[in-house]
Amino acid sequence: MLWDGQMPPKFGVEKVSNPEDHQGTRRDFIYYATAGAGAVITGAAVWPLVNQMNPSADVLALASIRVDVSGVEPGMQLTVLWQGKPVFIRHRTGAEIEAAKAQDAEADTFIDPLARNGNVAETADASDANRVMPSPEGEGAGAWIVQMGVCTHLGCVPLGDGAGDFGGWFCPCHGSHYDLAGRIRKGPAPQNLEVPPARWTDNTTIELG
Amino acid sequence: MFRKLTLTAATALGLSTGAAFAAGDAHVEDFDFSFEGPFGAYDQNQLQRGLQVYTEVCSACHGLKFVAFRTLADEGGPHLPEEQMRAYAEFYEVFDETLFDGEGDFRPATPADKFPESALATAPDLSLMAKARAGFHGPYGTGISQFVNGMGGPEYIASLLTGYEEAPSCAPDDFAGHYNTAFAAGGYPEECLYEDGSHKYPGSWIAMAPPLYDGQLTFNDDHANDLEHVSEDIAAFLMWTAEPKMMARKQAGLTGVIFLTALSVLLYLTNKRLWAPHKTAAKRKD
Amino acid sequence: MGGIPHDHYEPKSGIEKWVDSRLPVIGLLYDTLMIPTPKNLNWMWIWGIVLTFTLALQIITGIVLVMHYTPHVDMAFASVEHIMRDVNGGHMIRYFHMNGASLFFVAVYAHMFRGLYYGSYKAPREITWIIGMLIFLLMMGTAFMGYVLPWGQMSFHGTAVITGLFGAIPFIGEALQTWLLGASAVGQPALNRFFSLHYLLPFVIAGLVIVHIWAFHTTGNNNPTGVEVRRTSKADAEKDTLPFWPYFVIKDLFALAVILAVFMAVVGFMPNYLGHPDNYVEANALVTPSHIVPEWYFLPFYAILRAFDNTVWVVIFAEWISFGIIDAKFFGVLAMFGAIAVMALVPWLDTSSVRSGRYRPMFKWWFAVLVVDFVVLMWAGAMPAEGIYPIIALIGATYWFAYFLVILPLLGVIEKPMTPPATIEDDFNAHYGSKAASGETVASPAE
Repeated sequence: MLWDGQMPPKFGVEKVSNPEDHQGTRRDFIYYATAGAGAVITGAAVWPLVNQMNPSADVLALASIRVDVSGVEPGMQLTVLWQGKPVFIRHRTGAEIEAAKAQDAEADTFIDPLARNGNVAETADASDANRVMPSPEGEGAGAWIVQMGVCTHLGCVPLGDGAGDFGGWFCPCHGSHYDLAGRIRKGPAPQNLEVPPARWTDNTTIELG
Repeated sequence: MFRKLTLTAATALGLSTGAAFAAGDAHVEDFDFSFEGPFGAYDQNQLQRGLQVYTEVCSACHGLKFVAFRTLADEGGPHLPEEQMRAYAEFYEVFDETLFDGEGDFRPATPADKFPESALATAPDLSLMAKARAGFHGPYGTGISQFVNGMGGPEYIASLLTGYEEAPSCAPDDFAGHYNTAFAAGGYPEECLYEDGSHKYPGSWIAMAPPLYDGQLTFNDDHANDLEHVSEDIAAFLMWTAEPKMMARKQAGLTGVIFLTALSVLLYLTNKRLWAPHKTAAKRKD
Repeated sequence: MGGIPHDHYEPKSGIEKWVDSRLPVIGLLYDTLMIPTPKNLNWMWIWGIVLTFTLALQIITGIVLVMHYTPHVDMAFASVEHIMRDVNGGHMIRYFHMNGASLFFVAVYAHMFRGLYYGSYKAPREITWIIGMLIFLLMMGTAFMGYVLPWGQMSFHGTAVITGLFGAIPFIGEALQTWLLGASAVGQPALNRFFSLHYLLPFVIAGLVIVHIWAFHTTGNNNPTGVEVRRTSKADAEKDTLPFWPYFVIKDLFALAVILAVFMAVVGFMPNYLGHPDNYVEANALVTPSHIVPEWYFLPFYAILRAFDNTVWVVIFAEWISFGIIDAKFFGVLAMFGAIAVMALVPWLDTSSVRSGRYRPMFKWWFAVLVVDFVVLMWAGAMPAEGIYPIIALIGATYWFAYFLVILPLLGVIEKPMTPPATIEDDFNAHYGSKAASGETVASPAE
C-alpha cells in the first residue's frame, strides 16, 4: 500500500531511458530474490518463537511413566498420577472377571457402545475383552484393567472398589455408575472411562503413555 | 603429545602460557578437545567414559543437580541406549514427597529425575562447573586469550585434576590442603611469598585431595586410563553437563551465518542497483 | 508534521478515504516511511535501524523467556537452566537475549559517537539528543536489572555493589538503598521488583524511541556535512534528498544483515565470551567473587566511578569545602552520573559555528582522543583497582570531563573551521562524481 511497486519518479526516468531491456529483468530478479530470502529468514526466525511454547523436554519426559505393579494383589486397585491425572490400575479377581464378562450380555443397554481404548481400534466395541489389558505370562485373561480415573462427565475422580450399582466405579459428583469394565451404565456421563495407552515392559511393570 | 602441540601453537600465536600465569596466578594447560571450534562435536565414547569417572569417583562427594538422567540417552551427548540409561538412573535413590501418603519416601530414580545434589556440603555442584570457571584470561584483561582459545572451562578442570604436585619445600608440612598448580583461589602459606607479596610458585592449596590417579579405572573401550586421559574425559563430560545443547547451538549459528551472509550479498546487490541511477546522475553533473 | 516539503499521502479509493477520515494511520505511516532523507548519509547512519531492530529482538525474546522464568530466589537460577536445557530452542533464545544486550550497546555507542562527531546534537536537534540520552539511561537501567535475573553470583553481588552507590548519597542514601532493595540486603524483594521493571522499561524505551523519531523527522536528519536540506521548495528539497523507502531502508537492511551475521557467529560459537563465568554459580550471600566486574558496556563509567578515590586533590578539596558531606564514595557516584550528564549538555557546550566535525580541523583530533579515551576507560574498568590502573582511569576520566566542559567550548572560539559545501546535493555530486571520474577505466562490471 505504501509503496505501489513503482520506482520513485527519478528512478522511473532512468528506467525508461535505459535502452537495454534485459537490464530490467535482471534487476527485478535481484529484487525478488532479496525479498524471498528475507521472507525465508524471517520465517525461520519466527518458528523457534512458536515452538518454544510446545511442551518442554522435562514435560515430555513425564509423558510416559513406568509403574511397578508387583505388589498389587487381585482385588486391589492402584491409583497413580500420570500427566497430571489419576490412572486406575485394577487387578481383578476371578469373580470380578466373570461378572464383567457377564455384563457383556447387557450390551444393548450400554450408553456408550465403543471401547474407548487407546490400545485397540477406534471402532472396537465396548466388550470387556476390548477394555482390559493383555495379561502377563501365567495369568488368566482380563486380570488387569487400566483406565483414566477421570469421569467422562465433568472430570471428577470416581470412587472404586465396587462402588455404584454395577460393582465397578461410581462418580459422586453427579452420580455416574460404571461397571466392572469401566463402562458407563447409568448417570450423566456420556462415555466409558478412557483407557490410556499402556503396555507391559516386563511381568510386573506397566508403562503408561 | 597434546601438551607439546598446543604449547607450540600457543607460542606461535604469541600467547605464551606466561600470560595466563600473570592473570590467574595459576597454570592452565590448553588441552585439545573434540568439541572445540565451529565444527567440533562431543565424542560420544569420551562422554561415556567421563560418565563412568563421574559415577565411580566424583559422585561420592559432588552432585549434578541440573542434569536429568534422561539426557544421558540424548543424541549428541553420551547417547546411552534407552534401557541402559533407565537402569543407570535406578542406581540412584531420590526423595519423592508424593510417596507414603504425602510424607515422602525414597525411591529409585526414573529417567525424568535429576542427579542428586552434592553429598558433601563443601563439594560444589558440578553441573555447570565447565562454564563457571574460565581457564584463560588476559593478556592484561583484554580477553584476547579467551577469544582465541575459548573460555577454557574444561581445560581448567583437566588442568586442576592433573595439577597436583609435591608441595614446594618452602611450605610448612602441616599447611592445610593439597598443593595444586592450576588452583588459584585456595590458601597460600606466607613462607612461599616474595617480599612484595607475590607468589613464588603458581597455584595454591586446595581442600580436595587428589581424586584421580593412573590406572584407577578400567574403561570398556580399553581407552588409556592414565591420569591425563581420565582427566580429559571427565572434563569433556562436565562440559557436556554444562552445555548439553552445544552441538545444536553451533549448527544454528552456522546456518544463521550462512543465510545472513547470502541475504547480505543480495541486499548489497539490491542496494547497488537501487542507487545506481542517482550515482550516475551525480557523475554526469560533476 | 512539519519538516521538509514532500508529497503526502492522498487517499484515492473509497475505502482509503473512509479510513483516512476516521484514523489517518496510513498517512502517518506513509509520511514516516517516505520521509525525505539527505542522500549523502554515510555508513554511520545505519545504527538507528540496528537499534530499533535490537529493541524489538530484546522485547520479543524477553517475552518468550518470561514464559519459562521464575522470579524467585530459590528457583530463578534453576529456571534459567530449565530454559537452557529443556525448553524447545530455549538455549538459543536465551543466548540471543543475553548477547542482544551487548549488540544493543555496541550499536548505541556507535550511534552516540556518530552524533558527537557530526554535531547531530546541535540546534535544532537538541531535543532529539536529550531524548536519546534518556533512552541511554533507561537502557543502562534495564540492562542492569536484567543481569540480576539469572541470580548468579555476579547478579547478586553486582546488585549489592550498584545499589550501594545510592547508599553513598549523603543523608538519604541508606534509606534510598533500602527503598530500592525493599530490604537491607539484596534478596527476594529486589529480585521481584527488578523483574517487574526489567519487563516494563523496554516498553518505556519503545515509547521514547517513537518520540525520538518524531523529533528528528520534524527537524530532518543531520548528515555528514551538517548542512541543512533546502526547504525553499519541494523541487529544491528533492535535489538534496531521497525518500527513506526504499533507498535507506534497503541500505540499512544490508548493514543490519552484515551485523546480524557477525552477531549470529557470536551467539553460535562463543555465547559466553562477553559474560562472566561467576554468573554460572548460583547466588550465595556468604561468598563474594574475588573480582566483581560489571558487564563490558558499563566499564567506562565504572572506571570513572572508581577513578576518584580519596587521594585525588579534587576529591580532598570537595570533601573539605563541603564539610565532609561529599566524601570520596559520593564523589565517585557524582562523577559517574556527571560523565553522562555532560554528554546530555553537549548541545550547549559546543560553541562552534560549524556543525559537522568533518570541517573542523582541530576538533577532529580532540574527538579521536575522546574515542580512544572511551576504550581506555573501558579497559581500565575491567582491571583490578590497584597499581597503575586507577591512575590511568583518573587520566581518562579527567579527559572525558575536560573534553565536554573545556575543550568543546574553547574550540568553538579558537578554531577556524573550513567551509562546508553549500548544499547536500553538491556534496553528493562531488563524492560520486569525482570517484566515478577517477575510476572510469576500472568501472566495475556489476554496474
